[in-house]
Amino acid sequence: MSTPQDNASPAPTQDAAVESTAGSDDVIIVRDMNKWFGDFHVLKSLNLNVKRGERIVICGPSGSGKSTFIRCLNRLEVHQRGEVYIDGVALNDDVKNIEAVRREVGMVFQHFNLFPHLSVLENCLLAPIWVRKTPRQEAIETAMQYLERVRIPEQADKYPGQLSGGQQQRVAIARALCMQPKIMLFDEPTSALDPEMIKEVLDVMVGLAGSGMTMLCVTHEMGFAKTVADRVIFMDGGEIVEEAPPQDFFNNPQQPRTQEFLQQILQH
Amino acid sequence: MAVHQPSPDLPPPVAERGAIRWLRDNLFSSWLNSIVTVITAYLLAIFLIPIFDWAFVKGVFLGEGPESCRPDGACWVFVQQRITFFIYGNYPRELLWRPDLVFLMFAIAVVPQFFPLPARWRKWLAIYGITVLPVAAYFLLAGGHFGLEPVRTTRWGGLLLTLVLAYVGIIAALPIGLALALGRRSHMPVIRGICVTFIEFWRAVPLITILFMASVMLPLFLPSGVTFDRLMRALVGITLFQAAYMAEVVRGGLQAIPKGQYEAAEALGLGYWRRMRLIILPQALKIVIPGIANTVISLFKDTTLVLIIGLFDLLGAVKSTLSDPAWDNVMAEGYLFVAFCFWVFCFGMSRYSHRLEKQLDTGHRN
Repeated sequence: MSTPQDNASPAPTQDAAVESTAGSDDVIIVRDMNKWFGDFHVLKSLNLNVKRGERIVICGPSGSGKSTFIRCLNRLEVHQRGEVYIDGVALNDDVKNIEAVRREVGMVFQHFNLFPHLSVLENCLLAPIWVRKTPRQEAIETAMQYLERVRIPEQADKYPGQLSGGQQQRVAIARALCMQPKIMLFDEPTSALDPEMIKEVLDVMVGLAGSGMTMLCVTHEMGFAKTVADRVIFMDGGEIVEEAPPQDFFNNPQQPRTQEFLQQILQH
Repeated sequence: MAVHQPSPDLPPPVAERGAIRWLRDNLFSSWLNSIVTVITAYLLAIFLIPIFDWAFVKGVFLGEGPESCRPDGACWVFVQQRITFFIYGNYPRELLWRPDLVFLMFAIAVVPQFFPLPARWRKWLAIYGITVLPVAAYFLLAGGHFGLEPVRTTRWGGLLLTLVLAYVGIIAALPIGLALALGRRSHMPVIRGICVTFIEFWRAVPLITILFMASVMLPLFLPSGVTFDRLMRALVGITLFQAAYMAEVVRGGLQAIPKGQYEAAEALGLGYWRRMRLIILPQALKIVIPGIANTVISLFKDTTLVLIIGLFDLLGAVKSTLSDPAWDNVMAEGYLFVAFCFWVFCFGMSRYSHRLEKQLDTGHRN
C-alpha cells in the first residue's frame, strides 16, 4: 500500500527532477498527484514509478479514478497538484513539454476514436507525417508494417465505419504504434467490444507486451493481467489501494477492499 | 442428435413492380385515398391548365414589341426585348464583352462541379474560384487598369449585380464565419467575448437595417470628402451579416463532433491548428453542409434587399421597367422571369450541396 508519506523526499524542482531521472530506468514518475473535478477529489496523492519495458494493469471499480489517472499521463486531463515526469520531461502547462510527451506516449481509447473521414491507412499516416514530419513513402511503409502486426493490412483502404469494433480497435492500436511511442496507454480497450471480438484485440496486446513495450492498461480483463502484467494496481476512491505482481495480487490480496473486488469480478 | 446445418440463402421474393403497382400502393390504397387523389387531381387541373395555357399555349415568346402579344396570353416578348437590361443593368453597351467574359469565367468555376471529376481538379477549380475569379472579375468589371475604361459601380445592375453581391458575400462570409465559430469556442475569454459580441450584434439586426445604415448613416460619420462606393458598403454589410449566421451554423457542426475525436487528435500530438484543420473541421463542415447551403441560398435571395439603397439588382432592374407605359400590364411576366432566374440558381446550389454530401459520405456515424 502506498501513501504520500512513502515518498517523503522533498518535492524537487523541475530541473533537478530531470537530472534525477536521467539514466534511471523509470520512464514514468508520478509524485503526489492530486486532481479535483469541482469539489470532488478524484485522485488522491498518487505515487507511481514505472520502469522501461514494464507492463502494468490498473483495475478497480468504476469511478475509482483509474481512467482519469492514465489520462493525466498524457495531459488529456490536468492534474492540479503533484508532479509527473514522462521519460524525463515534466508534464506541466508548458505546451512544448506536453507536445514532447504526447509524441512519445501512444493512447488507445475505449471507443477507438478513429477519424471517420479518413481511411484506415490515412488514420495511421496522419500523426507521423504531420507531427514527426516523416516522408510520406516511409510513413506508408511503417503504417503497413504495423497494420500487418495487428493482422489487418487488407483493410488499409477502407473507412473506419466499414470495420467491426474489434477491427477498429486494432487499427487504433496500429495508429498509436505508428508514432513509435516509448509508452502505450490503454484506457479500457476491450470494454466497448462484443465478447467475440475481445480476444482478437487482447491477442494483439499480448503480442505487443512480448515486444518489450512499456504498457499501462486500464482493464477488467483479469486473464490478460495474469498473463502479461508485471504489476497489478488496484485503485478505489481515487487512491492506489494495492500494488503487487499478478500471482500475489490474485492469490493473496492483502487489503480487504481488494479481496472484495476480486470476489465480485472472479465469481462468475 | 442431428448436426445443425446452416440454412441456405434464398433469393428475395419477386416484387410486383411497375406503374400500376405504384399507383395502387401510393394513390389508391383505400377508398378514402382514392377520393382524395381524385379531388387533388381535379384541383390541380383547374389551377394548372389555365396557367399553362396562358404561359405557353397563348404566350408569345418572340416579337418586335407590345403589339406582338395576344391580350389573353403571356407577353414574354417583354422579357426578350429587355433582356440586356435585366442581365447587365446600365453597364455601357459597348463594353458588354467584359461582363460576358466574367460570366464565362464564373461558369468555368461552377459548372464542372456538377459533373463527376477527379478530386484534384475539383480542388484546383475551387482555388481558382476563390482567388483568380474575384480578382479578375473586379479588374474586368470596374476597369481603370490595364487600359480598360473605368465603369462606375452605379452602372452595374441586373443579374450581374445580383451575382456579384451573392458570390462575394458567399466566399467572404464562409472564412469569416469559420473564424468566428472557432473563436466562440476558444478557451481565451477575450477572443470568445469579441466573437460572441460580434455574432450576437449582427444576428440581432435585420439586414435591411444594416443596408440602410451603411448607405445613409455611415456617410454622416465619415469626414466630408471620404466616400465609400455604395456597392462596396452593401457588400461589407451583407458579408458581415452572413458571416454571423455562418458562424452559428459552423458552431453547430463543431459541437456535434464527439469529444473523443478531439482527444484522439491531442493524444497523437497534433497542435490546435492541425487538430482543427485535419480532424475537426473536415468532419464538422461535412455535417453542416445542409445548413451552409441553407444560409447561402437565403443570402442569395437577400441580395434583392439592396433595392432599398438604390442598387438595381435583377429584381430592381425588372421592377424599374414595369412602369414603362409602352408595355401594358406585364407585371406577371416580369416577376415570373425574376422568380425563374432565382429558382435556377437556388436549385442549383441545393443540388450541389446534396451532391457534396453524398460524395463526402464515408458511412460512419460517430
